[in-house]
Amino acid sequence: MTTVPPITDAVPSAQAPRRTHSLFAPDKRTAARNAQESRFRAYGLVAIVVALLALVWLLFSIFSAGLPAFRQTFVEISVQLDPAVLDKAGNGDRAEMASVTTIGYGKLIGKSLGLELAAKGIDIGDMTPKDLVGMVSENAAADLRDMVLADPKLLGTTVQFTALAHGRIDGYFKGRVTMETAVRDNSTSPEKLMLADKMVAAGMMEMRFNTGFLSMPDASDKRPEAAGLGVAIIGSLYMMCVVLCLALPIGVAASVYLEEFAPKNRWTDLIEVNIANLAAVPSIVYGILGLSFFINFAGLPQSAPIVGGLVLTLMTLPRIIIPTRAALKAVPPSIRDAALGVGASKLQTVTHHVLPLAMPGVLTGTIIGLAQALGETAPLLLIGMVAFVRDFPGAPLSGLFDPASALPVQIYNWTQRGDPGFVERASGAIIVLLGFLIIMNTAAIILRRRYERRW
Amino acid sequence: MSFKKVSAASLAILVSAALNAQAREQLQIAGSSTVLPFATIVAEAFGEQGVFKTPVVEGGGSGAGRAALCKGLGEETIDIANSSSKIKQSDINTCTANGVTEIIEIRIGYDGVVFASDFAGPDFAFAPADVYGALAAQVVKDGALVINDLTAWADVNPALPAQEILALIPGSKHGTREVFNQKVIEAGCKATGAYDLFFAASTGADDKAKDVDAINACDTLRKDSVVTEIDGDYTETLARLSASKQAVGVFGLSFYENNTDKLKVASMDGVMPSSKSIADGSYPVSRPLFMYVKKQHIGIVAGLQEFLDFFMSDDMAGPEGALVEYGLVSDPELAATQAAVKAGTLMEPLK
Repeated sequence: MTTVPPITDAVPSAQAPRRTHSLFAPDKRTAARNAQESRFRAYGLVAIVVALLALVWLLFSIFSAGLPAFRQTFVEISVQLDPAVLDKAGNGDRAEMASVTTIGYGKLIGKSLGLELAAKGIDIGDMTPKDLVGMVSENAAADLRDMVLADPKLLGTTVQFTALAHGRIDGYFKGRVTMETAVRDNSTSPEKLMLADKMVAAGMMEMRFNTGFLSMPDASDKRPEAAGLGVAIIGSLYMMCVVLCLALPIGVAASVYLEEFAPKNRWTDLIEVNIANLAAVPSIVYGILGLSFFINFAGLPQSAPIVGGLVLTLMTLPRIIIPTRAALKAVPPSIRDAALGVGASKLQTVTHHVLPLAMPGVLTGTIIGLAQALGETAPLLLIGMVAFVRDFPGAPLSGLFDPASALPVQIYNWTQRGDPGFVERASGAIIVLLGFLIIMNTAAIILRRRYERRW
Repeated sequence: MSFKKVSAASLAILVSAALNAQAREQLQIAGSSTVLPFATIVAEAFGEQGVFKTPVVEGGGSGAGRAALCKGLGEETIDIANSSSKIKQSDINTCTANGVTEIIEIRIGYDGVVFASDFAGPDFAFAPADVYGALAAQVVKDGALVINDLTAWADVNPALPAQEILALIPGSKHGTREVFNQKVIEAGCKATGAYDLFFAASTGADDKAKDVDAINACDTLRKDSVVTEIDGDYTETLARLSASKQAVGVFGLSFYENNTDKLKVASMDGVMPSSKSIADGSYPVSRPLFMYVKKQHIGIVAGLQEFLDFFMSDDMAGPEGALVEYGLVSDPELAATQAAVKAGTLMEPLK
């Protein structure tokens, strides 16, 4: 037997330094590499922590400023509907009663409030009925007028009427207005705030959940307490319907054609590059296109959800086509081959097999595209959606042509108002918008998790 | 149903809906963001009366509003342009070229431009010369023009507080800036004698060219961090002011009146700004606010004439009206304006 030298990976050299220390104590080089790794981990951790802190700070500032918008101070007043004031002709004729403007109703509210306070034994000091009107929102007069005109039989009776409190009174209970600021404030006074405290004690005034924030239309700068998101939510809903009805079929048709039918040549390559480019075009460019084409050329009305929807459709299309093509690509060719092999036509292959299998991906892409479109503001600036719109748009389809607002532009609008009450409203609107986005994105994730198939 | 039928039907629905919508039911108003709150207050009250729909009011700026007005006639164009400055001849030319030949000019009232600082800070009593001395790029010192390097208001005028100079003024796209330049900076420029020095130094061909040069030199403000131009609106100015308490900001009177709990207003030439002092002209920094109305739309768009009458009524624009409560300065000649609106008097050609 010949002796075989022991197999070793050590360099067979007598100069090789002998390991002089334990394996448990790493050498310098290993220590440096380990340190590098832990530094890298630390960087990653710091990045995550910074991102999380930014998110927490953002959410905290939005929620702390916006949550009060969902609660509002209300005043309960029993108003005596005096026929001598509201129906001077005395015949209950609606048209003649309409000649009494909201100003007349405002005075009536002031008077009724004075009487009720006196009946409850609340001292109002030297406040005049005009000061008392300043306790309730100016919107109250309009609400009362609508109520009486809708039901003239109420005349002569005493109705229990719930009115919004004035924005400054509401701000007092939310901590925005204090006795010190009220001294300097032209819109309220410390006496009014003290009276508000007494009214709360007497059970005439209370703060509760404000459904009006979600259902009422926008209001002018004089009554921030009455401003709501109703028109904006409907406008956004209409626009999303338009986007869904146009972008989904067009986007899917385009993707199916490009992926399944189109020949692969220079032209289709060019189209592909352009679609990728369009997805990256700044959204304001679509607004300019919408203004010049849909409004100036096609003559569609300004501020209408249909125009907003069309513009957002253009913006969303590439964002739907790209994930749809990816979803179609992910369907294995064996499925197509099998369908074709048993005699299905190309169209049958696509509609019966490929498209259904790709559907979860398509829907996920669509929902994420819609969520992006929902939060888009810039293109809407140019087509007149950033407007003061108070009337609700009609039912579809003609309602699509009525003026409306949209959630993101309503937020933008409110941040520009002079009254501090709108700051709270704007943050509240952001919470509502975030809520919608979270719902849509969750739906997309659930669809993907539950139905997506991997081959 | 075949694809063709479906698409034809949906196209037909869209087209018919488009035709239905052609008859516009509400007024369209656009323009100045200074006039915007006043216009929304009136629009809201107008819609509340239940006869007509609430007009749609857009901001966008005076220039943009006038441009939209002059785009042409018809349902897809706006009816009223709000403007915080007088219409320009170039606008009128565009209007005429596009068939908008009948324009009614309505002066709705006046708006004051005020200087305000944090409510807890010291009181300021300005004169245009003080503002010029603090903010202009070049000021007069011992009879000669020098580069402005003052850092405290007290250096400009010993009567002012010894507070660091920091001014938040509207950016050049704002109509307010124009008034600020004209009524404060240029007035201060002339009062300090800087205007005469600029005029003498100008190399213009004639007096008119020299005047233009001198005014431009007057309007050149310091480029260092002392002057900050705010391109956003007053809410942004207010936010900046809350962040740096020693700043002095330029606001509209109505914005100040709704934020009196946070702001302290400065006097100008010894006069405190108020609806009253602006109406009688004793507070110098103010400007008229206008609405420009397409007369050719009256009778075509429902409610236009009624809206104008309602806007200028005593309940709204009058001295005790809702707009005055919000900070508009009522026009002393309101009765004449009301009569002109009723009669539909067209605006006179610009001088």
